[in-house]
Amino acid sequence: MSDLIDEDEPGRNAPEFTVSEISGAVKKTIEGAFGRVRVRGEVGRTMLARSGHLYFDVKDQRSVLAAVSWKGQVSRLSIKPEEGMEVIVTGRLTTFGSQSKYQLNVDDVVVAGEGALMAMLEKRKKALAGEGLFAPERKRDLPYLPEVIGVITSPTGAVIRDILHRLRDRFPRKVLIWPVAVQGERCAPEVTRAIQGFNALTPGGAIPRPDLIIVARGGGSIEDLWGFNEESVARAAAASDIPLISAVGHETDTTLIDYVSDRRAPTPSAAAEMAVPVRLELLAWVNEQSARLSRSLGQAVSSRSQRLHDIARALPRPDTLLEGPRQKLDRASDRLPVALRHMTTMRRIQLTKISAGLRPGILAAYTPAMRLRLESADVRLKRAFTATTITQRDRLNAAERMRQTLGYTETLKRGYAVMRGDGHVVTNTKSAAKAGMLEVEFADGKMTLGKKPKAKSAPKKPAPDQKSLF
Amino acid sequence: MSDKPVTEMSFEESMRALEQVVGQLERGDVELDASISLYERGAELKKRCEEKLAEAEEKVAAITLGENGAAKGTTPVEGM
Repeated sequence: MSDLIDEDEPGRNAPEFTVSEISGAVKKTIEGAFGRVRVRGEVGRTMLARSGHLYFDVKDQRSVLAAVSWKGQVSRLSIKPEEGMEVIVTGRLTTFGSQSKYQLNVDDVVVAGEGALMAMLEKRKKALAGEGLFAPERKRDLPYLPEVIGVITSPTGAVIRDILHRLRDRFPRKVLIWPVAVQGERCAPEVTRAIQGFNALTPGGAIPRPDLIIVARGGGSIEDLWGFNEESVARAAAASDIPLISAVGHETDTTLIDYVSDRRAPTPSAAAEMAVPVRLELLAWVNEQSARLSRSLGQAVSSRSQRLHDIARALPRPDTLLEGPRQKLDRASDRLPVALRHMTTMRRIQLTKISAGLRPGILAAYTPAMRLRLESADVRLKRAFTATTITQRDRLNAAERMRQTLGYTETLKRGYAVMRGDGHVVTNTKSAAKAGMLEVEFADGKMTLGKKPKAKSAPKKPAPDQKSLF
Repeated sequence: MSDKPVTEMSFEESMRALEQVVGQLERGDVELDASISLYERGAELKKRCEEKLAEAEEKVAAITLGENGAAKGTTPVEGM
């Protein structure tokens, strides 16, 4: 080809390229000459096509570079380019023959410059804070003494060594290391998966489930630590059921995971200190408690025994209590036989006194006296009776004489008669005339005038021979 | 005083319980009988604490990952 170009009449015998041929040659040249390149610039217009391919411009003050990420590449980009973002894009320079364009096929985008990164971090922080993921009430207490500690970090290097050393000094525990990349693009997905992976372990399973997670990384540039600013890591840490300590970078480097973790440690060693108490201190503490326990029990017993002693001293001796009554008893028992004798004597005297009068003589004397009294009473009774009888007879006789004197029979003797008609006394002529039969009574007897009466009436005078009641 | 059996207590629980027992005994306002059973409980708790403190075994293992990135098993790590 070079001899052709050297011709005097250039182009006359030049071979003809088809458009596609030249386009292909240009493509080959560009791809061959540049290969993979990194380009720094500001993201211009971006367009996500319906096909899933992402078209965007990277520009500086003077030029614009067309950039494209195919659908499969877009999903793997750690940062989605946004207009105005200062980025470093990495990819292969190639051409787009259909439009006579050259473009960069981007498979990696990173934010260029700290200012830009910080701005992006602020934006993420705001979004997560808005969701309440940083809320203090979400923070859980760390277990006082975790059995198993899960450490998510690089399996090599100073960080894991520091953590293990500090744990060993304080309280040796079981440690499970989940190895991850702690920088670069693999960092965020691996850390995310590690947090999720520890949580996915079942308690009592083949791999023991940690009761505390430490996510640790040593110090580094903001770019180095960037993985821990990724949203996926922060979300995994927030969602972790297992309490989580973040110890990423130095104290001055605050990454997104620090806001969502339950505790933030300034260094990996500090994380180990937060994780476990000091065993020797606890042993000392237990011993001290044990000593206090024994001492206080001893005191409980000794103070009670002292009290018992004091009370017992105040208690009177049984002898003293009994002295008085005993003396009384002595006196009483001394007097008892005397009193008994005395009383017997007294009673005997009394008995003698009483029984002295109780003699048959008394009774013998008593009987004749009574007989005398009876006899005299009998005499007096008889006498009184006789006297009474005589008196009564005299009175009867007197009464009889009186009766005879006052009675009509005596009158008859003086010449009077009693006229009766039909048994009734007739006192006037009228009744006499009416009477069927008249009877006249004289002193010496009765006689009837006229016809005889049908029935003889009884004389009205009382029987003269009435006997005395006595 | 919690009714949880001492043998089921975590270290922190038995510590707290022990502290309570010691405090109660030291106040001295407990019946003698009760203080003896308190003491026994305290001794039990102390034993539990010591047991937990004796479990100070260091064992370091690293998770091995399967192809899907999930934990597959562990390998012991030594010399760190």
